[in-house]
Amino acid sequence: MYSPEASALAEEIGLKKGKANLEVFAATVEALASSDPQVVAVVSDSRGSGKLGPFGAAYPKQLVEVGIAEQNLVGVAAGLASAGKKVFAVSPSCFLTARSLEQIKNDVAYSDNPVTLVGISSGVSYGALGTTHHSLHDFAALRAINNLHVVCPADNYEAEQAVRAAAVLEKPVFLRFGKAALYSLGSEAEQAFEFGKARLLRYGDDLAFIATGETVAHALLAAEKLKREQGLEARVISLHSLKPFDVDAVLAAARECGAVVTVEEHMVNGGLGEACAAAILEAGVGDCLFHRVGIPDEYTVTGSQADIFRHYGISMEGLFSTAGQMLERV
Amino acid sequence: MNYTDGQLEQKSLKLRRSVVKWIKHAGAGHTGGSLSCIDILNVLYNRILNVSPENFTSPDRDRYVQSKGHAVEALFVVLADAGFFDESDLETLCCYQSHYVGHPTRKVNGVEQNTGGLGHGLPICVGTALAGKMDAKDYRVYTLLGDGELAEGSNWEAAMSAAHYKLDNLTAVIDCNTLQIAGRTADVMNSEPLVEKWEAFGWAVRRIDGHDIAALTEALRDPLEAGKPSMVIADTVKGRGVSFMEDVGKWHHGVPNDEEFAKAMEGFDMQLAAKEGALS
Repeated sequence: MYSPEASALAEEIGLKKGKANLEVFAATVEALASSDPQVVAVVSDSRGSGKLGPFGAAYPKQLVEVGIAEQNLVGVAAGLASAGKKVFAVSPSCFLTARSLEQIKNDVAYSDNPVTLVGISSGVSYGALGTTHHSLHDFAALRAINNLHVVCPADNYEAEQAVRAAAVLEKPVFLRFGKAALYSLGSEAEQAFEFGKARLLRYGDDLAFIATGETVAHALLAAEKLKREQGLEARVISLHSLKPFDVDAVLAAARECGAVVTVEEHMVNGGLGEACAAAILEAGVGDCLFHRVGIPDEYTVTGSQADIFRHYGISMEGLFSTAGQMLERV
Repeated sequence: MNYTDGQLEQKSLKLRRSVVKWIKHAGAGHTGGSLSCIDILNVLYNRILNVSPENFTSPDRDRYVQSKGHAVEALFVVLADAGFFDESDLETLCCYQSHYVGHPTRKVNGVEQNTGGLGHGLPICVGTALAGKMDAKDYRVYTLLGDGELAEGSNWEAAMSAAHYKLDNLTAVIDCNTLQIAGRTADVMNSEPLVEKWEAFGWAVRRIDGHDIAALTEALRDPLEAGKPSMVIADTVKGRGVSFMEDVGKWHHGVPNDEEFAKAMEGFDMQLAAKEGALS
């Protein structure tokens, strides 16, 4: 996932490697279930890939298996939620947010059934399994559905907080998790997690990286490299909530830095970058340099998640280079 | 109120008349399929379901989810008749900013789920029935599907899971009027043999005349078999109650012109007069 140089820099600045967010999700749901019998996980032959084996063993009556049937997964989850269950519907994001999109729209969001949809192994987590297993459309598809939080945690802290917040929100939520082990990006005490409130990981005013999910660590490392090699102060924001969207944090970054690079494990169409661009344009911050980093409008190259990230510049080196080129244009 | 079969037959006539009246008023609606399922809804809301305006928020109420959401006019007149809202509210049916949309929405009192996309009701009901089993609740869950709707694959995903979880607190009804927009269901995408299909999926199945109040009551009152979900295949006539609409596909979402409307109302008046004569 990280080059030797990036890994060394991470160690130097004290970033600690944690678990995969997927594992944090499973452990958190299990913890919630231990004190609340209304917590239910619904799976589509996905208990293994969702790391929910231990949950199922500990609380077999709170795990509902529907087989390989994602439309039914979401419909059943909606029906359970309407009867008072705290439901986590868990399936690979590529299937959950495409095959079941109509169920998400009608049965969950439009009918206001408080299901937490958990898209696992999202983005290009499945790497070389190929395009059928990539979810590079899910932000775009789900941002266009009313009454649905869309949340993509960047580290274990955000992941646990997001699961806990979703469990008590009583509204439809989509949580997007990958399966790579992640660095912990900041101290837990510094900022309380809140849906719709971006997490400022590093202050700076020369440019801002606004990133989400598993790309955020790469932005944080790029910011450190920019500081060391070019004396630039880069702001790094983990924008975990695509909806609700922290317009204030985005506009502050645009106004105070004058240059914004968005980073996402998603096609550049309809994702984080476009959400930021719309906010900046509508606010009239016309002199802000702006660049989207993500997957372009193509089926990705073959390779692991790390290969794909590197190929499209979602890496410390790639983001360092993008930022440098952007600022040279000033 | 305890109705006799005859009184419910009379009520069905009045409900059908209201369906045609409000569709004419709105200038839009799914006439044929609303008329075919009236007897089913009438029996459910007036004899079977433990649901009322008073207990609608109770976790112990029975649930009815109308999967064939396009027959919303039937649902609306039955809910109004059951006291969930004043029938005069339907003057705004399909109007700008009205809650009374062309498919069920929870903004209308008495509606359990927003439906309209086909193949959604059964999966939702599987979830609600499963929750009832988990919590050892006595409530029962009902849904209504169209025979054309059965081409949606999600129904069969749900069918498998309902049998897998032995949901005998779930009853699905097929309003089998044999017509869909493009023609005969048998020609568009044949869903028969329905009894054998649902039995093969592990359901207890009964096929009845979907306009027979007594047969509907008998089939809907209790689970057909312990340990299995119940499927009631109700053979119905699309456009039932309006002579020139009966079994004619174009009335799927046809709106009568003034002359047709007058003829339909006249027909209902005659049927009601005959029914009142028989009841007195």
